[in-house]
Amino acid sequence: MNTPSTNTTKPATGIRALLKTAFVNALIALVLFSLMVGIRTEAGSDGQLTYWTRFGEVASLVAAVFGGSIVIELLRQWIGSTGAEKLVPAAVQSGMSFVGRYLAPALLIFTLLVPVIFYDQRYILDLAILVLTYVMLGWGLNVVVGLAGLLDLGYVAFYAVGAYSYALLATNFGWSFWVCLPLAGILAAFWGVLLGFPVLRLRGDYLAIVTLAFGEIIRLVIINWQDLTGGPNGVSSIPRPSFFGIPLDNSDNGFAARLGIEYSPTHRIVFLFYLILALALLTNWVTIRLRRLPIGRAWEALREDEVACRALGINTTTTKLTAFATGAMFGGFAGAFFATRQGFISPESFTFQESALVLAIVVLGGMGSQLGVALAALAMIGGFELFRSLETYRMLVFGMAMVLIMIWRPRGLIGHRAPTVYLTKAQAISSDLVKEGHG
Amino acid sequence: MDYFAQQLINGLVLGSIYGLIAIGYTMVYGIVGMINFAHGDVFMIGGFIALITFLILISLGLTAVPVILLVVLLVAMAITALYGWTIERIAYRPLRHSFRLAPMLSAIGMSFVLTNYSQVAQGARVKPIPPLITGGYTLHESPDGFVIQLSNIQIMVVITTIVLLAIFTWLVSRTRLGRDMRACEQDQTMAALLGVDVDRTISMTFVIGAALAAVAGLMYLLYYGLVDFFMGFVAGIKAFTAAVLGGIGSLPGAMLGGLAIGLIETFWSAYFSVEYKDVAAFSILIVVLIFMPTGLLGRPEVEKV
Repeated sequence: MNTPSTNTTKPATGIRALLKTAFVNALIALVLFSLMVGIRTEAGSDGQLTYWTRFGEVASLVAAVFGGSIVIELLRQWIGSTGAEKLVPAAVQSGMSFVGRYLAPALLIFTLLVPVIFYDQRYILDLAILVLTYVMLGWGLNVVVGLAGLLDLGYVAFYAVGAYSYALLATNFGWSFWVCLPLAGILAAFWGVLLGFPVLRLRGDYLAIVTLAFGEIIRLVIINWQDLTGGPNGVSSIPRPSFFGIPLDNSDNGFAARLGIEYSPTHRIVFLFYLILALALLTNWVTIRLRRLPIGRAWEALREDEVACRALGINTTTTKLTAFATGAMFGGFAGAFFATRQGFISPESFTFQESALVLAIVVLGGMGSQLGVALAALAMIGGFELFRSLETYRMLVFGMAMVLIMIWRPRGLIGHRAPTVYLTKAQAISSDLVKEGHG
Repeated sequence: MDYFAQQLINGLVLGSIYGLIAIGYTMVYGIVGMINFAHGDVFMIGGFIALITFLILISLGLTAVPVILLVVLLVAMAITALYGWTIERIAYRPLRHSFRLAPMLSAIGMSFVLTNYSQVAQGARVKPIPPLITGGYTLHESPDGFVIQLSNIQIMVVITTIVLLAIFTWLVSRTRLGRDMRACEQDQTMAALLGVDVDRTISMTFVIGAALAAVAGLMYLLYYGLVDFFMGFVAGIKAFTAAVLGGIGSLPGAMLGGLAIGLIETFWSAYFSVEYKDVAAFSILIVVLIFMPTGLLGRPEVEKV
């Protein structure tokens, strides 16, 4: 954790000021880390707490802060105190838009070919399925956060509803995946409406906290309603999906036997890959189409200015509700897919961390950009895989990344949220004047 | 009746702890207009620092309990306040004029950083301490043998809370800093024009909020005898509920809301089910926000374009 320089308004000049800033930051770091890092406590075998010291770690952390603040201060002087806008020159921006035009089709073609290229590499296929699941979740949440501008911190609740809908319907009644998939989506959307209806009148921050509370309530109910959900033990032996009725297994009327090819467990993985790809593309397609309908326009208008929306006669409650329900439905689809892929689900998969991860993907992707969300999911889940060996540090890095992204590029790394329609002729009125009523 | 009285005592003690955390939420919301999502984790850090200071003092051979408590209280408040200051510096100040969801998202990130920082630094296991303050009073013994207990820890929690609240109320209503804080709450630009150092005032708000959270952390440690790295999340949401219930932005409201949440949670556990006590607290948050968005003592918010 780097302490920032204590001097943000006027950049420190000269080596003395630089060293002084770094020294002060190092001192702050020393106090912060002295007890939390310097003393390690642990409960002994008899329940008695013992501790040992780790001054070496503290020293290296403080040294890191000292060095880090010098580097940051130098960078700040080098770049200058300009805003983030200037960091990307115009030439690079036009180049990026050129790349952006061809990136999406290229990525899509590559994604379609992934099972062909990596047919023998089970690990990569599994990772690709995971990434696609998060792409789908990101696109689903993008409807709520990116388009309608509603901060939803409990998205995982709908993921959970979808997963448990499929798991319970399939294990208790033996319904097939293809019957349950729409049901899971409908149930999740229904929950979205049911939970959303009373609270959607709330403003941004309050809505965020209430959705967070909903997410936690759903998780706690799943944990405690043991008769139905199995509680913390979860639901196991959830049926695998079939190829529209044909099981993908080693039996006589299985997929491989019917086609007359040799059975391989990879068939199912490839099938799952294309299944989630289709679901994700469905999400994307529906979102793109909806953006061109009046309801999509209303979402974007709502995101930009709620008061203006109301003045124009848009019913904000139903507009928010449809965004909430649409997002929830896609979350439900993804949940059903998750359940059938894992074959086992438990409340542990549906914690707040999961909601925050999906939200971080949407934010990183630039809130509203479909391509941005897909790339962000790839970067985030791929990054998580890279850090897999550092299990405990993973979430620490994740949190830091979230803070840094907000500071550095609050509009997201890749995309930028532009309304679908806008006036082509820019009016020479600054927002300050508009605020004062001159616009 | 006796059972009721006992739960009332327990609820008030728990409510005091929630109230102390809730003040941090409500102050920050009043001045900066953001939900400091990481505040629950600041409370957790406070608990950890108190625990570590305890261990050091005890291993140094100190036995006088009042001295230990005072030192622990001061150390925990000071270091946690520095945490609060640093968090504002790193994660919130650069975002003060960003779009409205940015500080919230940054706060969520900060909450993850703090939770996992203490998990990495102190391990994932629950850290128990032996009871430091023992004994108590028997207030009443009913014929069927049920005893109403008032332990010394409970008395200490309530008294500390009252003393701190008195100091805090004095700070906000009588000092220069308090006046600056109230000025910034009303209009930051105008306050700056009149010579109030807005940056410093906001920093001090975070410092005071974190110091009170550290006291709450110490109380929690003494009362329950343990801390763990994940305790900030649920406690934070409940304290936020308390702040909303009392009317966010209102300081007496935060304390009142804290007591209400503490009582509701305790009675819910006592008479309905322990498993669903968190569900009850979260449901109250939702119900309050729907039907009474200004809370008990809050002012109605005027929507500005």
